[in-house]
Amino acid sequence: MISYVVRRLVLSIVILMGVSVLTFVLTRVIPSDPAMRWVGKHASPEQVAAARVELGLDKPIHVQYARYLSGFFRGDWGVSIRTHRPVLKDILAYLPASLELILAGMIPALLLGIPLGTLAAAKAGSPIDHTTRFLVVLGVGMPVFWLGMILQLLFFNVLHVLPLAERLDTLVKLLHPIRTITGFYLVDSLITGNFTAFVDALRHIVLPALTMAAFPLGMTVRMTRATMLGVLNEDYLRTARAVGHRESRVLIRYALRNAIGPVLTVAALTLAYALVETFLIESIFAWPGLGYYASKGISTMDYPVIMGITFLVAIVFVSVNLLVDLALAFIDPRISVN
Amino acid sequence: MLERLSQLGRFLRRDPLMTMGVSWVLLLVVVAVFAPVIAPYSEDAVECHVERKLEGPSLTHFFGTDELGRDVFSRVILGTRISLTVGFIAVGLALLVGIPLGVVAGFFGGWIDEAIMRTTDIFLSFPPLLLAMAISAVLGPSLPNAMLAIAIAWWPWYTRILRGEANALRHRPFVEAARALGVPQWRILFKHVLPNCFVPVIIQASIDFGSILLVTASLSFLGLGAQPPIPEWGLMISSSRSYFLNAWWIVTFPGLAILFAVLALNLVGDGLREALDPKLRHIKK
Repeated sequence: MISYVVRRLVLSIVILMGVSVLTFVLTRVIPSDPAMRWVGKHASPEQVAAARVELGLDKPIHVQYARYLSGFFRGDWGVSIRTHRPVLKDILAYLPASLELILAGMIPALLLGIPLGTLAAAKAGSPIDHTTRFLVVLGVGMPVFWLGMILQLLFFNVLHVLPLAERLDTLVKLLHPIRTITGFYLVDSLITGNFTAFVDALRHIVLPALTMAAFPLGMTVRMTRATMLGVLNEDYLRTARAVGHRESRVLIRYALRNAIGPVLTVAALTLAYALVETFLIESIFAWPGLGYYASKGISTMDYPVIMGITFLVAIVFVSVNLLVDLALAFIDPRISVN
Repeated sequence: MLERLSQLGRFLRRDPLMTMGVSWVLLLVVVAVFAPVIAPYSEDAVECHVERKLEGPSLTHFFGTDELGRDVFSRVILGTRISLTVGFIAVGLALLVGIPLGVVAGFFGGWIDEAIMRTTDIFLSFPPLLLAMAISAVLGPSLPNAMLAIAIAWWPWYTRILRGEANALRHRPFVEAARALGVPQWRILFKHVLPNCFVPVIIQASIDFGSILLVTASLSFLGLGAQPPIPEWGLMISSSRSYFLNAWWIVTFPGLAILFAVLALNLVGDGLREALDPKLRHIKK
């Protein structure tokens, strides 16, 4: 077990080093002239030369990489060309809003997706199964940015029941400001007893959270259905039925328990995908999170921002992968042996 | 292989979703091929008509007109050709890189295998949309660069699948026999190993086609793919953003087109997997 943990940890570190090489190549090597980009189009040759020295571009490539890497460890992720603030500082400031949105989308998706997938598997081949499969393909195939805009049209423009965008109403922001504790508006307003702001924050998060939920919901249902189908023919279920357990008990107690591992793995990995989806969703809902910051960075070709976020998501992705693998090995001893 | 194909035929009849998907894909291909003929205003791909901007759907303009007076229906039809072409080329490029690398890794093993697979690990530690975004941001926003970026983000998936297949075949009796008879390595690779690896990778590629369409649209939506005035679906939605609250048709129809295309392709991919995945096969007998 310990040797498995160590091996898995070392592998993750090696992969992250590789990731840093890739982002280094993308920021420093491929762009034709980063110094030119730094000083702008109308700079004099002297200014470009000065920038070249300032950015360390006159050094050999391996020295540049070493500097780049040590910068990441010291928390120096570069400076945004657009805001002129350190990228890491910006990222940390925008992160809570994104996490709140992701959780608000993913938790309902899981709570709904697992029962739905189980039901579809239990009734495989039936109209219920076909309908669920169709809905899954719909959820996974929907362009999220389009879904968000359609929801805005429907609930803001036609039904007039929900706000269009942002996290809070301007009036609420002024009259009932939320004291920042965790950065999650829903949590902060609740624990400080600011119910007006809580209700308003809740109304604002509904549409982006619905948009966010579509993809994870589809993935959860698909994965639950697939693993359940794999488990349903096992002998121990036949035994459980022969013993006389009710079908619902057989499904939930015996089948789902054995199928839940892969489902949770996919759910955890979907978390990293959700982080990328915020790029699309937050720009539609003017949600001041990481994705909004990233999409602004993309539209202004702000390389340090784009690469900082790329690296961050890769770190999240690799760490989640690692945690999931370790958790599964902990639950199921067979894994660490192989 | 032949046996599997005939199974596929039987599944087509039994799986209504698959049948629906196949007919939708055929429809898409026909529309893409004859797009300039079908589109009533095919010059609207580039030309503006400010005098008729933001008109609602009518008999002359089925899907209305956009903020520059262009016929949305024509642009959606013309966009079919663009999306399918981009998807096809991107998947093709990814397969072109992924298949040889995978088969070489799996067949030869050793340090070649190790080097190739650790490289795929690095690429696979990014969600594909993110890597495609970062690469096309670096290459500069354009449709060909978006295709290239998607291919760069996608090849490791095929390498991984092919490697597994080739590795499993390496010690099968017919390969050992060929080796014992003194058949050169590369000949074994091309004649005996490669042809037997294709089915899973084809399934995966057909499943991925829909996702790649979606990624292309997302890149264009973020300004990293097609540039105006190309009638690309994602770009059409993106440029409708300032007007869509007063003109629902300019956002709704391009999105429905994406949804329709992705749905069709995913239904086919999903159906193929159901039909050919040996783990799921026995259930539906």
